[in-house]
Amino acid sequence: MTELLVPFAYDYMLKALWVSALVGGVCAFLSAFLMLRGWSLMGDALGHAVVPGVAMAYMLGLPYAAGAFVTGLLAAGGMAFVRHVTSLREDAVIGVVFTAFFAAGVLMASINPIAVNIQSIVLGNILGIDDNDALQVAIISAVSLLVLLAKWKDLMLVFFDESHARAVGINPMRLKILFFTLLAACTVAALQTVGACLVIAMVVTPGATAYLLTDRFGRLLVISVSMGTVTSFVGAYVSYFLDGATGGVIVVLQTLLFLTAFVFAPRHGILAQRRSIATAREQAV
Amino acid sequence: MLQRVDDRTADAVSVVPAIEVSHVTVSYPNGHQALRDVTFSLDAGGICGLVGINGSGKSTLFKTLMGFIRPTTGQVRLNGMPVARALKTNIVAYVPQAEDVDWNFPVLVEDVVMMGRYGHMGFLRIASRADRDAVDSALERVGMSAFRKRQIGELSGGQKKRVFLARALAQEGRIILLDEPFTGVDVTTENAIMELMRELRDNGHLMLVSTHNLGSVPDFCDQVVLINKTLLAAGPTQTVFTQANLEKAFGGVLRHFQLVGANLHDDDDPRGVTVLTDDERPLVFYGEQSNLRHATGTPHPPEDAA
Ligand SMILES: Nc1ncnc2c1ncn2[C@@H]1O[C@H](COP(=O)(O)OP(=O)(O)OP(=O)(O)O)[C@@H](O)[C@H]1O
Ligand SMILES: [Mg+2]
Repeated sequence: MTELLVPFAYDYMLKALWVSALVGGVCAFLSAFLMLRGWSLMGDALGHAVVPGVAMAYMLGLPYAAGAFVTGLLAAGGMAFVRHVTSLREDAVIGVVFTAFFAAGVLMASINPIAVNIQSIVLGNILGIDDNDALQVAIISAVSLLVLLAKWKDLMLVFFDESHARAVGINPMRLKILFFTLLAACTVAALQTVGACLVIAMVVTPGATAYLLTDRFGRLLVISVSMGTVTSFVGAYVSYFLDGATGGVIVVLQTLLFLTAFVFAPRHGILAQRRSIATAREQAV
Repeated sequence: MLQRVDDRTADAVSVVPAIEVSHVTVSYPNGHQALRDVTFSLDAGGICGLVGINGSGKSTLFKTLMGFIRPTTGQVRLNGMPVARALKTNIVAYVPQAEDVDWNFPVLVEDVVMMGRYGHMGFLRIASRADRDAVDSALERVGMSAFRKRQIGELSGGQKKRVFLARALAQEGRIILLDEPFTGVDVTTENAIMELMRELRDNGHLMLVSTHNLGSVPDFCDQVVLINKTLLAAGPTQTVFTQANLEKAFGGVLRHFQLVGANLHDDDDPRGVTVLTDDERPLVFYGEQSNLRHATGTPHPPEDAA
């Protein structure tokens, strides 16, 4: 029994638990929006697009996070802008913009080799997170959550029907800038702590799972955020016993939930669909 | 329910025209000029039909009124305000010809109609009793109450159209822009919508409605704007919606039939009947004004072949 409580006795574990829960929650919130508009791979793209920022920050002797945030924001803004101006689809836009940023980063790193291994940015290290980073992540996540809680209905309207949003007096451009700024800030914060692999999963899977479970956006948000928070917390906890690989555990948990929803979801799951077709056939006979 | 807003603003509105379009020219990015030097104005409390052939610029005019397209020259004023400011004050409702939304979006019919109420809500967009009542009555009016818990994509084409009409109604805008609200909608619904528009007009709302149902225009429009890239005629239905003007607007594109005397009836009424039709509902003229037989209308293909 007491053995199960052991993780809570260590400061570093406690920190890892609440930081990942917070990051998991806010990323899941963003995932609900991204999934709707074909932006799901945005997290992946931003994970790569921050590399030139880090390289630049290293050359100038600035904090990595600042550099990462600047290029992350540029990349997100660039994608939103290209999408706005052209009629290219989201996947093409993401592909073009993020490869450009990633290539610039690789080029900069190869011309001017940097001491920090890019891998360490990509993998993150939640168990070894220091107090400053933890605080930074906490502030960014908390602020983002508050803003999202206040503005989710406006954002939903902009994502659903931009022209109607304008008709009721909402400025879609301003909201999109707000959204992509939050996205860049959160991915960068999450990258530092939990690593790219986890960020990518965190901004896709919870939203996708919730989508299978409900037809109402408000509920979708609740399901998505709960799932993100709980899996991240539990994942960090379990990883103590498995020794490391926090990101991996969290993603595995989320995937299991996704598969469960995929099979058992009351309306959109495989079984439910089979069942209602079968019922319809029976009634026909 | 729908007239609550009216009482407050009725005085202020009657002073300036609700819609004022002056010398508006619109070109698309591909260089195609869709509207040229269009000028007209409409007062509050009316229903105005917008009539013209395919490609005559009706939808373009709506988009310009909503500020989605900027006119290259000229200006638009709504209730005396520039478009951007008018939209901020939530006085304009708009139902486009075709909704360009993601039909798989996780929202129910009632959620979509509730979006019409956002302009009436506070910062957090929390629905009040009044907002819920407006949604209920709007759904009732378009006959979609039974479908309120459906996901928006799980509807037929006409039903989807009715939901977006309901959203525009729930918005209770002073100015309501409807781009072909009757296409793909059954007759019962069409009549219900016209009835509703008359009520809204009596409460001081202005509706601009594009339509190809020429036959129903005299029924429900008190004003008509005829366009074909440029303004052909605008004014009260009785003086503007005449055969001569329609000939100008449609040329040989209209199908017309003329039935005279014994072919038609065997009583003493000597009048002939002229039937003009663009699509569903034909327009019928009785009597002498049928000089149509001599019309040498040349077919008017939309001229963007250039
Ligand atoms: N996005 C666009 N880019 C370029 N040209 C366009 C665009 N949309 C419309 N047009 C052109 O502008 C003209 C006016 O189009 P509009 O959609 O306003 O016609 P309409 O009167 O609404 O026709 P309909 O009765 O078919 O709805 C047409 O010639 C059309 O080809
Ligand atoms: Mg049109």
